[in-house]
Formats: sequence, structure tokens, C-alpha cells
Amino acid sequence: MRFVTHYRTGIRLALPLAVAVLAFGISYGVLAREAGMGSLAPFVMSTTTFAGSAQFAVASVLSTGGGLAAACVAAILLNVRYAPIGMSVADTLSESTPKRLLEAQLVVDESWALSNRGGGRFDRRILIGAGAVLYLAWVGGTGLGIVGGNLVGDPDKLGMDAAFPALFLALLVGQIRSRTAAVAAALGGAIALVATPFAKPGIPLIAACLACLVGWRRR
Amino acid sequence: MAAPVSAAWAAVAIVGVATIAIKSSGVMLVHGRQLPARLESMIALLAPAMLAALVVTNTFGGDHRLVLDPRAAGVAAAAVPVALRAPLLVTVITAAATAALVRAI
Repeated sequence: MRFVTHYRTGIRLALPLAVAVLAFGISYGVLAREAGMGSLAPFVMSTTTFAGSAQFAVASVLSTGGGLAAACVAAILLNVRYAPIGMSVADTLSESTPKRLLEAQLVVDESWALSNRGGGRFDRRILIGAGAVLYLAWVGGTGLGIVGGNLVGDPDKLGMDAAFPALFLALLVGQIRSRTAAVAAALGGAIALVATPFAKPGIPLIAACLACLVGWRRR
Repeated sequence: MAAPVSAAWAAVAIVGVATIAIKSSGVMLVHGRQLPARLESMIALLAPAMLAALVVTNTFGGDHRLVLDPRAAGVAAAAVPVALRAPLLVTVITAAATAALVRAI
């Protein structure tokens, strides 16, 4: 079987999520400004960090007086998962090193999940198309939130916060093509569930990578 | 209470550099190398394991605790289009609409 894919396939797949990402971008812009981060700093952060949960963590820790070190540690812990995620797509991305590094910055949970073909394979064009749309939505939303204030109200009120786990669920179900994959999923979910009350945010996702160890024996 | 602007810029710089470094490290470490078969089969399992963890943390994750809120209703409702292999758009809208409805009640 041969798949012909285009960047626009990634764009199309990511559009419904881009709406939710835009809404959260707006609420991040509003929140970061209210947290005293100024106007330019949150915008620059969205263009360079491009990781919603980490950026929300920084704004909330700084605004509650938690201090710079705590804010950075919280954000970095939330982003550590991008090391193993990057490893999984390494062979999918461009051969040229500068291009590959640039493409790696477009890897976020949603673009990574959408580009997953199963069995450890990923589609580079879907990853880039989806990543670019989500990047524009996040950066654009942040700008709108900083300049325009709260245009959409609370995104949670519109149920936007449920859109993300639903997407991950849909993509997860497509992944369960073998017994081993099902075991890894069950174990990964269980680890995250057990770790959430005890660990800092971000740690449960890293801990869930341990579920990959079931691949040690089986192929 | 407002944070000092300098702390905001320091956080932007530190977190930005760290995130770019983390994202770059994964793709640089593995690329172009023939990995041992065991490691490859483990990396292949990252997707199901991480996706399941993302479902759990995005549905039940709270501040150092598990919470049951309208997100769970949204995800439960989304299980129907997921089971029917409906397009992603339908799944995402079902989840959002259900969560919004439950929250409004």
C-alpha cells in the first residue's frame, strides 16, 4: 500500500484543533498580561517556546509569586517529553541538519499525534503541515489576546478543553493494532493516572514512557 | 500580584532555549543511526503509551490531583464517534459540545 500525502493533508487534519488552539492562545495572551509579563514577552515566548501547557505554567507561577526558578523548572518538566517524542520522529524528518532542527520545532503533541502512521512510522509532510497551522494559531491567538483582550471568553466554557483528550483518544484507538501496543497503551495510561496526584505536572507523561519497556521482549 | 517584567523576560529566555534544546536533542540523537532492534521496538511503542497518558492527563489531570469534571463527559461522549471511526472533526466537536453543555447545566 502506498500513501501519497501532502502538506495540505496535515493542514486539513489540524484545522479543527487550530480553532481550539487559537482560543487557548487568546486566553494565554490575556492571562500572561494579567500576570504582569507585559505585552511583548508572552508574544516572544509563543514564537520561541510554542508549548501551551509550559507557557501557562510560567504565567501562573510568576503571578502567584512562585519565583523565576520554580516557573522555569515547571515549564521544563512539562517539555521534557519532547526528547523521546523527537527520537520517535527523527528518521521521518529532513536529511539536512538545519532543516531537521527547524522541523523539530514544529513537533507538538497534536502535530506528532496526527502524523503517526502506526508501528513507529510517521509522515513528515503531515507533521509539518499540521505543526505550521497550529503554530500560526498559537502565535496569532497570543497576539490577539494581548492586543484585543478577552475576545472569546473562557475557552473552557465552550468545552475547548475537552477537544484535546478527545483527539488523543481518537488517535490512540487507531494505534492499537497489536497486543503489544494495547499493553503499552494500558500501562502508559495507568502510570499517568497513578502518578498525577503525586508528581509535578509533566512527570506523569515522562513516567508513562516506561510502558515502552514491554517492547524489550516482543517485536 | 504582578511579577517583575525582568523575571518574565528571563523565563522567556530560559524556557525558550531549554525547549528548543530538548526538541532538537531527540531528533539529533537518533537520526541516521541503525538502532538496536529492541530499542526500535520500544520507540515504536512510544505512540500508544504516550497517547494513552495524554488522554488520561488531559481528561483527569488537576493540580496535584485527579479531578472528575465536564472534560470527562466530553471524552466519554467522544468515544461514540471514535468507535464509529467518524472523522476527527466530528469527534472533537462532540467532545467540546458535550463538555460545554455539562458545564452550563
